[in-house]
Amino acid sequence: MSLLQVESVSRHFGSLVAVENVSMSVEVGELRAVIGPNGAGKTTFFNLISGFLTPTSGRIVFGGEDITNLLPARRVWRGISRTFQLTEVFPELSVQQNLRIAVEIAAGYRLRPWLSRREDAAVSIRATDLCNKGGLANVETRLVGELSHGDQRATEIMMALALNPRLLLLDEPTAGMGDQETYNITRLIRQLHRDQKLTIVLIEHDMRVVFHLADRIMVLAEGRMLAEGTPREIAANERVQAAYLGQA
Amino acid sequence: MEMSPKRGANILIWAVLLTMPYWINWIGGYTSLGSRVMVLALAAMSLNFLLGFTGVLSFGHAAYFGLGVYGMGLTIKYLVPSTVAGTAVGVVAGAAAAAVIGLLIVRLRGIYFAMATIAFGQVFYFIAYRWNTVTGGDDGLSGWHRQPIDLGFAAWDILGSDRAFYYWVLVCFAGATGIMAALLHSPFGRTLLAIRENERRARFLGIPVDRHIWLSWMISCFFVSLAGTLYALLNNFADPHDLRWDQSGDFVIMAVLGGMRAFWGPLIGAAIFVVLQDYVSSQTQNWMSFIGLFFVLVVVFFPRGVLGILHRPSSR
Repeated sequence: MSLLQVESVSRHFGSLVAVENVSMSVEVGELRAVIGPNGAGKTTFFNLISGFLTPTSGRIVFGGEDITNLLPARRVWRGISRTFQLTEVFPELSVQQNLRIAVEIAAGYRLRPWLSRREDAAVSIRATDLCNKGGLANVETRLVGELSHGDQRATEIMMALALNPRLLLLDEPTAGMGDQETYNITRLIRQLHRDQKLTIVLIEHDMRVVFHLADRIMVLAEGRMLAEGTPREIAANERVQAAYLGQA
Repeated sequence: MEMSPKRGANILIWAVLLTMPYWINWIGGYTSLGSRVMVLALAAMSLNFLLGFTGVLSFGHAAYFGLGVYGMGLTIKYLVPSTVAGTAVGVVAGAAAAAVIGLLIVRLRGIYFAMATIAFGQVFYFIAYRWNTVTGGDDGLSGWHRQPIDLGFAAWDILGSDRAFYYWVLVCFAGATGIMAALLHSPFGRTLLAIRENERRARFLGIPVDRHIWLSWMISCFFVSLAGTLYALLNNFADPHDLRWDQSGDFVIMAVLGGMRAFWGPLIGAAIFVVLQDYVSSQTQNWMSFIGLFFVLVVVFFPRGVLGILHRPSSR
């Protein structure tokens, strides 16, 4: 069953065509990678799905519901959560507080002026659990702004997960990371996909990561879809090699 | 039980506020100076709920402060001679105006939001300034004074005794700051911190950001109106300048001076501001120059305010 269906969306900025007539269908439990050279429109495409932008034309259906024009927060409530190319966290709050905020929102407490002892304890347990899963246990009380790039990334991903998403969008999760950090994040994503059967769409430049993780790959170039298929098919595709892999 | 520094500071502050009328004369002050510090501190702390803990700068809080002032004055003068009724009218007037104006400006950000708050604020100033027959215009609203509070079994004579009035201010101050502190430690309060820290992340966690900013604005304006009602009682007078944009600026100065990331920062800022004003203005007309100079020094050398020196961002 397809969870997300993007039906020939386009997005123009004035005369600039950022995304042109791109379609994509993501199955439940699938891990889809979106790749393409710089300026191919990958991030714009992500922004259309998450609601940061609305498409100039086309339609986006999530879980059978048309979400093309919904505000971002409403898409989050329906189960789409995302991370950003440049990490977006709460820098002057601790890791624990960052996760706590996400957990409380997921629990439907965002307007609550108080919590009972039991609710508070449940929130703490869940936040600590996420901390441990993200490999952040040793930095739990530190301010996120003081952490390494990799740990900030991990915090952001765990916040996105705290919302119990049905679809997780990751925009270049390993960008700017060293080998060890890349390995850790890749392992984390793999776990989420394998163990929790989470549906994930990610943009990624590191081809080792892409070919290691993805069930299927979509290639964008100059705003258009160039190819789509399994990693094996994409690796063998001559157009992709010419437009992208050879060039990179 | 081990005592955290935060808890220690809280106990110290409440001990000082509770006992102030009994020693303030010994250090060269007087009881209504203490009341004045607390009233303006309440206004600055209310502003700071929005500024320091939601990350939204308002330069128009004097409007809601002033609505509290005039709500009190007009009620006692024309409607009912009751302090409690005046408080209710002042707070409802401030909150009602804030609700409507908030809806109009809540989508603006940064300097545009601040400018819009000034613009709407000045509307109320000109009404008070021009509507001579009701508000007394430029001369202000006089010919009324605060009324003793009827507790049923006894009267609380806040009119006859400065000390009694001080404790009425303290009761309001404690209630308001208690509620604000509790809110800031709640899930709702944490969504406000989230918005301050990173609006984009907040939005993509599913927080309807504009709605939460509106709520924070409402809480902030509600308590600044309450401060306004107390200010009217303190002076037994309503001055159109209480509504003007430079009064809003004073609140911002107090918050920044004391430290806007610290809950008690604006209280310290207000104390410094009021005491400096009281002392310097008895020496020279140009007291504002000294406040200005002091403000510049603090901003340059202690950008996080006076309490920011002690207070690193908490990593609880």
